[in-house]
Amino acid sequence: MITKVTTHISPNEQLIFERSQSGRTGFSLPPLDVDETSLSDMIPREFQRDDDLAGMPEVTEVDVVRHFTRISTWNYSIDQGLYPLGSCTMKYNSRLNEKVARIANFANLHPLASEAESQGALQVIYELQQHLAEITGLPGISLQPAAGAHGEMTGIMIIRAFIDARDGKEASSKRRTMLIPDSAHGTNPASAHLSGFTVKTIRSTADGLTDLEHLRELCAHGDVAGLMLTNPNTLGLFEKNIQEICRIVHEAGGLVYMDGANMNALVGVARPGDMGVDVIHLNLHKTFSTPHGGGGPGSGPCCCTEELEPFLPLPRIVRIDGPGDDGNATYKLHYDNPKSIGRVKAFLGNYGMMLRALAYILTHGYDGLREATEAAVLNARYIAAGLLSDYEKPFDGPPMHEVVFTDKRQSRKGVHTLDIAKRLIDYGFHPMTIYFPLIVSGAMLIEPTESVGRQELDQFIDAMRSIAKEAVANPELVLNAPHSTRIGRLDEAAAARKPVLRWKPMEAAAGNVTS
Amino acid sequence: MRYIPNSPDERADMLHQIGVASTEKLFDSIPESLRLRNRLNVPAAMSELELLKWFERLGARNQAAQRTGFLGGGAYSHYTPTIVDHLISRSEFFTAYTPYQPEISQGTLQAIFEFQTLVCQLTGMDMANASMYDGSTAMAEAVLMAERVTRRSKIIVSSAVHPQYLEVAHTYVQHAGIHLQRAEFDPASGQTPESAFDAIDDQTAAIVVQSPNFFGCIEDVAALAEKAHSAGALLIVTVTEAMSFGLLKSPGACGADIVVAEGQSFGVPLSYGGPYVGLFATRDKYARQMPGRLVGEAYDKNGRRGFVLTLATREQHIRREKATSNICTNEGLIALVATIYLETMGRRGIQEVAQQCAQKAHYAAREIGKVAGYSLPYSGPFFNEFVVRAPAPASQLLDQLARGQGIDGGIALSRFDSNRTNDFLVCVTELNTREQIDALVRGLNH
Repeated sequence: MITKVTTHISPNEQLIFERSQSGRTGFSLPPLDVDETSLSDMIPREFQRDDDLAGMPEVTEVDVVRHFTRISTWNYSIDQGLYPLGSCTMKYNSRLNEKVARIANFANLHPLASEAESQGALQVIYELQQHLAEITGLPGISLQPAAGAHGEMTGIMIIRAFIDARDGKEASSKRRTMLIPDSAHGTNPASAHLSGFTVKTIRSTADGLTDLEHLRELCAHGDVAGLMLTNPNTLGLFEKNIQEICRIVHEAGGLVYMDGANMNALVGVARPGDMGVDVIHLNLHKTFSTPHGGGGPGSGPCCCTEELEPFLPLPRIVRIDGPGDDGNATYKLHYDNPKSIGRVKAFLGNYGMMLRALAYILTHGYDGLREATEAAVLNARYIAAGLLSDYEKPFDGPPMHEVVFTDKRQSRKGVHTLDIAKRLIDYGFHPMTIYFPLIVSGAMLIEPTESVGRQELDQFIDAMRSIAKEAVANPELVLNAPHSTRIGRLDEAAAARKPVLRWKPMEAAAGNVTS
Repeated sequence: MRYIPNSPDERADMLHQIGVASTEKLFDSIPESLRLRNRLNVPAAMSELELLKWFERLGARNQAAQRTGFLGGGAYSHYTPTIVDHLISRSEFFTAYTPYQPEISQGTLQAIFEFQTLVCQLTGMDMANASMYDGSTAMAEAVLMAERVTRRSKIIVSSAVHPQYLEVAHTYVQHAGIHLQRAEFDPASGQTPESAFDAIDDQTAAIVVQSPNFFGCIEDVAALAEKAHSAGALLIVTVTEAMSFGLLKSPGACGADIVVAEGQSFGVPLSYGGPYVGLFATRDKYARQMPGRLVGEAYDKNGRRGFVLTLATREQHIRREKATSNICTNEGLIALVATIYLETMGRRGIQEVAQQCAQKAHYAAREIGKVAGYSLPYSGPFFNEFVVRAPAPASQLLDQLARGQGIDGGIALSRFDSNRTNDFLVCVTELNTREQIDALVRGLNH
């Protein structure tokens, strides 16, 4: 039975398991071309599957195409418009980069193919490393980490290994504190914990910057292994004392790790290596535009100083000058380094993301990379100026590529950040990052990126200002938003109390399906 | 720059409107001494045409991508239906973020819910997460989880687990107070016998095995589950060739507590090693120790069903250093690839592919076994990979085969263990025709 419950073009689409009909098939394969052996001659019966894959769907190709096309229309995406998630850098994902990643000679290359016959692939890795080294000012690069948090873990393990080697195990065991500002992303403390560190939190000042006095105080204990700092920080503010911060940490015997999530504010303008940072991770899926894919894949290169380079994961890619068989330089994988923290992932990393990121860099060139940074910062400033009259901006400092506002004025009428975010959906925009960073009550962190034009920024500002007026004139309208989507706000608390994490045939039989 | 909508004139106008005197002034909060004076030393912008030519030219230097292969060892060549790449290329999927706003992310959320269900069905487990980076990191996370569940610190790992997976596990546990101990596989059967784990005791958190293992042999998972459980430890099963789920008894049915797998076999291009997708499944009772994102069913006030990210109190953005993992971004789009692949192939397609892999691999093994001087050293049953012992160093032999006949005959095990000079690992899938298999056999006979 079809009940059209909303105006959405495809409101009803069941789970594929509920669509399944015994006997439908969606595949075609050539017939077996070798002499068939009885299964039990190959594999003992007790090792064979005995459930006939019960419950797995039986559908046709048409069913699958319609299924995913329909549910896809329930998603917002960058290609629809502004996706202003702060610290997520949702910029345009070029189709050209997608085409590059699908070139058969890369897409069909096995990771254990011989190095001599994978030279093009190795050269891509090498060249991307060179460019990232130039962009960050840090010469040692590993592209092995699969995402930002993975790159963080790699960077912090490098700090740990470096200090163990420098101080010896005994002295090093007394240096187990990792300093992390209270505004940091949650992956920072989680990654520090994985590397065996105890986290101490540094306060932010009223200006939203790292509290130097508190940093000095914490560094005086002699147990500091390092500092994890995001710059610009998650309030969108450049840590203008960054050189002093690095000096304080270095003098206390620690190293400085920079979370590169916000590199879109810096590419071509300033380099972490010049600031005194020892190690950083980048997010190719943010700054270098590889698609976020609804939650990944990412790629989180780890970039470090020459001093830390021996500790990077193995293998490393080395270039050997002079003509190889085909007149080019040759590239080799290098496995021998006893100081390395070890391997963090099978094979060489999320290679497909490396191809896309290299295509991004080469498409922009030196001018385009800087132009993107300038446009991204300008767009954020433009939004900051546009919202000032209606929303509380908790910090006066000029924002870089993202800006934080709060719901302070609206909450007096009972309208909170979550409601504003949901109402924004009705205006056709994806909401900003909400309730992060944690130190700002009712935070709304807005990052437009360079990929939006002025008209769209104006529409967004108008929408936000209109919501601010609604919050006063008609708070119910905002509190019950969104009104335009296929489904309303979902009861997340109930979902967590009694989690249903998979489809089961019994549920369908019990008629527990709402259409 | 064609990806930046605002023209230079518009940008100048915007600057004027917000009262900033120049573009340079946007960066006033960065100390002057830190601002780059020179342009970056990267190449000048390339046009679309130039860029494609440049990458095509580099691609041509990957000769290995152009030929018939029998390479496995953690990455497998399988047929992918055309619609998979078509559907994942929809903007709504590939240009979306993590589904933090469920009202406008139901496409992604429902797809993940289906992915979680499919992973449960294949592995025979109660619950699965929304994906890990790959099989190797999923296994490392499983080891960390076993320590949390049991509060014990010793882990015994079969030496027939993929060597790179072992390396990753060592990296992950090095500061976690976990001790990894090896259980040696039996050189006659190629399997890891239950007796190899005799060091198990009341401090042991888990036994880790791979099945089929790195050498292609199917482990007696049920016996190992019993061994683990008898000491109050968990059994972690790793699978690198996920297509084997189509034919082999599920680890869940054998008694496994955590099952991790590399999902690359399900429609994901080889792409020189990534991005792939880690599958992670466990029992309901361990839900709150699970790493990674989970999607669950939820209802709105009108009773309409939807899906949300749930049980987030395990995760880093809430729990920070006490989180079950530091993972944030996972492999969303690759999990979608696997979902579309599995639904298109369906119940019967997965069975058919698994059957063809096993049939063709056994045909190849029989034929290679007949070649003078070659033998199959292991007696244990296998799915679609097996070790061949050659009469001469395998790496040279494989090199000659590649250059002379254009066949990638397998992976020399000397790459992982310098003592194993003459052994190589052969993988056969539904893509390898009888003609190709016969050519490999002729090549070895040469």
